[in-house]
Amino acid sequence: MTTTAAATAEAARSAPRRRGRAAGSALVRYGFIAPAALYLALFFGYPIVKNFTMSFQEYTSATFFSGVAPFVGLANYRAVLADPVFAKALANTGIFTIVSIAGQFVIGMALALFFRKSFPLSGVLRSMLLLPWLLPMIVSAAVWRWILEQDSGILNEFLSAVGVISSPIPWLTSSDTALIAVVMVNIWLGIPFNVVLLYSGLQAIPEQLYEAGEIDGATGWAAFRHITLPLLRPVVSVVLLLGVIYTIKVLDLILGLTGGGPANATQTIATRSYEMSFVEFDFGHGAALGNVLIVIALLFSVIYLRANARAAKKG
Amino acid sequence: MSHHTTRAAAVRSTSAFVPRPTRRALGALVAAPGLLSLAACGGSGTGGGSGDPSVLRVVDYYNTPADDVVIQETLETVASEVGMTISREKIPGDQLIQKVLQMSSSKTLPDLLMLDNPDLQEIASSGALVPLEDFGIDTSGFQPEILDAGTYEGKVYGLAPTVNTIALFYNTAMLAEAGLEPPTTWDELTSAAKALTHDDVYGIAFSAIATYEGTWQFLPFMWSNGGDETDIATPEVAGAAQLWADLVEDGSASQGVVNWGQGDVIDQFKAGKAAMAVNGPWNIVGLQNDAPDLEWEVAIIPVPAEGEDSVAPLGGEVWTIPQTGDGEKQQQAAEVLQKFVSPENQLRMGTARNTIPADAEAAQTFAADHPELATFVEQVSTARSRTGKLGTQWPATAKAIYTAYQQVLVDGVDPETAFSDAAASLG
Repeated sequence: MTTTAAATAEAARSAPRRRGRAAGSALVRYGFIAPAALYLALFFGYPIVKNFTMSFQEYTSATFFSGVAPFVGLANYRAVLADPVFAKALANTGIFTIVSIAGQFVIGMALALFFRKSFPLSGVLRSMLLLPWLLPMIVSAAVWRWILEQDSGILNEFLSAVGVISSPIPWLTSSDTALIAVVMVNIWLGIPFNVVLLYSGLQAIPEQLYEAGEIDGATGWAAFRHITLPLLRPVVSVVLLLGVIYTIKVLDLILGLTGGGPANATQTIATRSYEMSFVEFDFGHGAALGNVLIVIALLFSVIYLRANARAAKKG
Repeated sequence: MSHHTTRAAAVRSTSAFVPRPTRRALGALVAAPGLLSLAACGGSGTGGGSGDPSVLRVVDYYNTPADDVVIQETLETVASEVGMTISREKIPGDQLIQKVLQMSSSKTLPDLLMLDNPDLQEIASSGALVPLEDFGIDTSGFQPEILDAGTYEGKVYGLAPTVNTIALFYNTAMLAEAGLEPPTTWDELTSAAKALTHDDVYGIAFSAIATYEGTWQFLPFMWSNGGDETDIATPEVAGAAQLWADLVEDGSASQGVVNWGQGDVIDQFKAGKAAMAVNGPWNIVGLQNDAPDLEWEVAIIPVPAEGEDSVAPLGGEVWTIPQTGDGEKQQQAAEVLQKFVSPENQLRMGTARNTIPADAEAAQTFAADHPELATFVEQVSTARSRTGKLGTQWPATAKAIYTAYQQVLVDGVDPETAFSDAAASLG
């Protein structure tokens, strides 16, 4: 959209000015930008602003009927930060995001490297890998809930059949394992995304570089370390940054698997915010916590982008 | 309680063993767009209802054939008696409240609105409903506890033609094999559950999930033990959690109960993996369809000691008249509602939906005609509404209750500590 608009604007500028009016061409230029700008303002700007104002209001179910939402200053933020579950939700969000991203990235990278070598059926296998991505999230969550079921789930059946465990693991029903299980499922869910992007990044690295490296003795790990990684850096940045943004706000998967339970063991900022708005009908609190999440995500992005810019300068 | 119920039944009729989306997952699906659309409509203005003077707009969540057909027919019949037709919108159960809030905000509330009873006070407190007495609706004949479930600040806002509750389903073959009678006291319950547990069969299944659904299953134990929602930091409330903890500790109930909804519980029972199950009549049709060979009966939920009353929570949907600003339409809606909740229609809907008529006399007729539901009629006669005492404070307390028993069952926290912490969190 923006590229087309820019290109058209460029064309408009260089075109012979029959009427010779600069103001007219500026209008045309803005005219091309307007639809995109309007769309962004309506569908992204409005909800964000609304969510921001909502977080300073006492916004309850009554507000919907009366339209009255008294301004309460920072009371919502104070309440949200004092919430006994907040610390746990914050820690869980951190663990969930970091471990998920690490797992997805390492496995995704390994698979992408594996598929770089062409072998019979590699195309078929690669497309099969996309399956988790194609399934609706609620379907995945429901299926995994059955797989992880303590008494008759196939994961426990399998593990005990091969003799790894002697008694069934309460995957989703113990506070020791529930977060691990949820992270595990999220890693499974995120692998296709990582594989697809990393694989296409790998395709763009010229084969000659490896051949040249081989002559200098750079094979295996050394080739990966000194040829693949540096050239893949831009793709890696995108994958990790998008990964963080996608993962930090995961809601449907956790709700589908555990609902934030048992005993808040898998409660994250996102699930808690959902709960405040749609279970407790306190939309002001929900909005405030949602904004806390947005700030955390922004912080992550800024830190990461800065680190990346520095690394790029050095490289 | 029946949004779990109706939808659960719908899915059930396909197959019991196919993984299916849970209520929470479906909730999540609508959550994100819901937030946006809720935020997006903040307009004001009056109006609502239907533009056409002879058409009544109705909103409910009866999506399963067993509910849908009889509700549609009954509504059409009573509407035609006052010269009206109906235009009905069925909403998925877990999206109803969000939809009502949207309609409330955009002033497009229907002429007749169905709500799950524990939600009534929340919606009534927002000013979106009118007291039924304003339109001269006669509520005599309704059992007081059922009226309570539709009452906000002393005024009746909603009427439930039929209601439901939960009781103890048991597998007659398994009990006979173990030489057991259905348990009536907590001691009998724990010993029977233990005796019935073997191999991959658990003695009992119940839902101790961290949602209102779990709290609803906890209430019969809490109330029968003398516990009360106005103060949950009592030994009586903790005692009920101790009973659940003992059942799980003994291995008589799976640790899985902490993540099971009521649909999961009845599936365990159907599959023969639980000898007893706490559940409701809305799942009977599914039970009969999916497990036609299973022999089962229903008993009253056991009480702490012989001779005490088994007090279960009252479930079911109430019908309300929203504040649309169209007085004439509201008056017509009131006439339709009055006819809709007549004892004859209660019997008709109760029969089709396996729910219990709200009128005391009709309930007795119903019990005689449907002996298989007699236990539920009895359990309903002593049942209590969840919001009767706390009103709009109920959701917070319900949440404190499930938070506490989850700590007991999952983290092994002492019940008295868990419930006194929960009470403290309510302030």
